[in-house]
Amino acid sequence: METKQILETIRMIEEEKLDIRTITMGISLLDCIDADGEKARRKIYDKITRLAENLVQTGEEIESEYGIPIINKRISVTPISLIAGATDEKDYIAFAKTLDAAAKKVGVHFIGGFSALVQKGCHKGDKILIDSIPRALAETERVCASVNVGSTRSGINMNAVRDMGVIIKKTAGLTADTQGLGCAKLVVFANAVEDNPFMAGAFHGVGEADVVINVGVSGPGVVKRALEKVKGEPFDVVAETVKKTAFKITRMGQLVGMEASKRLGVPFGIVDLSLAPTPAVGDSVAHILEEMGLESVGTHGTTAALALLNDAVKKGGVMACGHVGGLSGAFIPVSEDAGMIDAVNRGSLNLEKLEAMTAICSVGLDMIAIPGDVPAETISAMIADEAAIGVINNKTTAVRIIPAPGTNVGDRVEFGGLLGHAPVMGVHSFSSADFIARGGRIPAPIHSFKN
Amino acid sequence: MRAILTVIGKDQVGIIAGVSTQLAELKINILDVSQTIMSGYFTMMMMLDLSNAEANFDEIKQALAKKGEALQVQIKIQREEIFQSMHSL
Repeated sequence: METKQILETIRMIEEEKLDIRTITMGISLLDCIDADGEKARRKIYDKITRLAENLVQTGEEIESEYGIPIINKRISVTPISLIAGATDEKDYIAFAKTLDAAAKKVGVHFIGGFSALVQKGCHKGDKILIDSIPRALAETERVCASVNVGSTRSGINMNAVRDMGVIIKKTAGLTADTQGLGCAKLVVFANAVEDNPFMAGAFHGVGEADVVINVGVSGPGVVKRALEKVKGEPFDVVAETVKKTAFKITRMGQLVGMEASKRLGVPFGIVDLSLAPTPAVGDSVAHILEEMGLESVGTHGTTAALALLNDAVKKGGVMACGHVGGLSGAFIPVSEDAGMIDAVNRGSLNLEKLEAMTAICSVGLDMIAIPGDVPAETISAMIADEAAIGVINNKTTAVRIIPAPGTNVGDRVEFGGLLGHAPVMGVHSFSSADFIARGGRIPAPIHSFKN
Repeated sequence: MRAILTVIGKDQVGIIAGVSTQLAELKINILDVSQTIMSGYFTMMMMLDLSNAEANFDEIKQALAKKGEALQVQIKIQREEIFQSMHSL
């Protein structure tokens, strides 16, 4: 018995909040397509409840036997625009309600895939789905929506970018009683990935198998604690320490994923190598950056620190598991990270710096509250900026932003649970309306002459 | 199935006796033991073989947690693989 290692593992779980963030079952709904909406929904409900029947129970068994918390059990499905597009229905709210009912039946926290992929253009189903998003999110509890508006190979669909600004505002309006909580379940992507286990942006891509288990790991607290032991050492030591820690964290993801896959009789897809924070004390990505020597996250040096962290996590994690996928990078959501919230309140972190940070890590402007009266065009312009970063740099970027109705800069928006709370952040007051009104497409970038 | 048992708490008379009696009652075999006092705390680790145990894992866990309360120590039981896989390939 390696007693030191045993105690280290226990300490990581108990004191440093190491956990498996999510086990996500991806389910293809392509075989549920039917011209009759009612029939399609029945097939969807039956398939999800059949395949995921034991997902939550299996997760809990593994949690108990191995003594490692598995925070979320989730489901992702084929983008609904592809399934519902076969019907002649005028809105897809009923599909969202079916997903919600199936999620509640099997007991998962969230179900993702109320999605459309419109990076180059919209088919009929995409348009209807996008228009259905505000009501779908307001009238369901566990459904998450996402829209992919750009990709490196096809450029940015600026019509969709324009529409999404309006959709986000409408979603906030319809969920005004919860300060726009609906928007926390809506992600606008560029270069969306097909095997992401994390919400709200998870969907099951059309290139995926019929059913698959993906796992997302976590553990910012473990990395922070490891770096406390190398105070003042050069960055070579910092990188090495992060790598070693990421290896151990990822091994847990591999073990849990393998075990879940075996017990459920479902193929194991990928481990998403991410550092996902929670609002709990000691579970913050921002605090890791501050441990590297920054007084407050957002100050000069933050981008470099995050770049090192993000890269070292991947290097350590890749060796530790069979297949890597999903978003794989450090997440920097504001409301879900105590250190980020403090930095905004201190005035060291603003939207411009956050945008710079998204250029080198996963995933984008995430869980950011802005005043409720910010115009839709400004939100669209923020989406366009993020999409441009993703498309040019060949990486995934996303916007999950909450224009909280009735709030002003400096107010606090409470989402509750893992979604945390967010200080309302200021945006530019100068208009982007004429820019967004143009519509059309921003062409795909050239991938030579890199500068 | 093999599992690792960890017992941490304030040192006092009868911890090892109490834990091993409970394990015997559950028909769990002890394969290896390591015990020390770390920063004033009683710290014991045991490698267990659960293959002859009649109760299921959750029942075993509960019985041990209850024993822990009586002995005023924290008793945890986890499958061995978690420790192996974290530190080695």
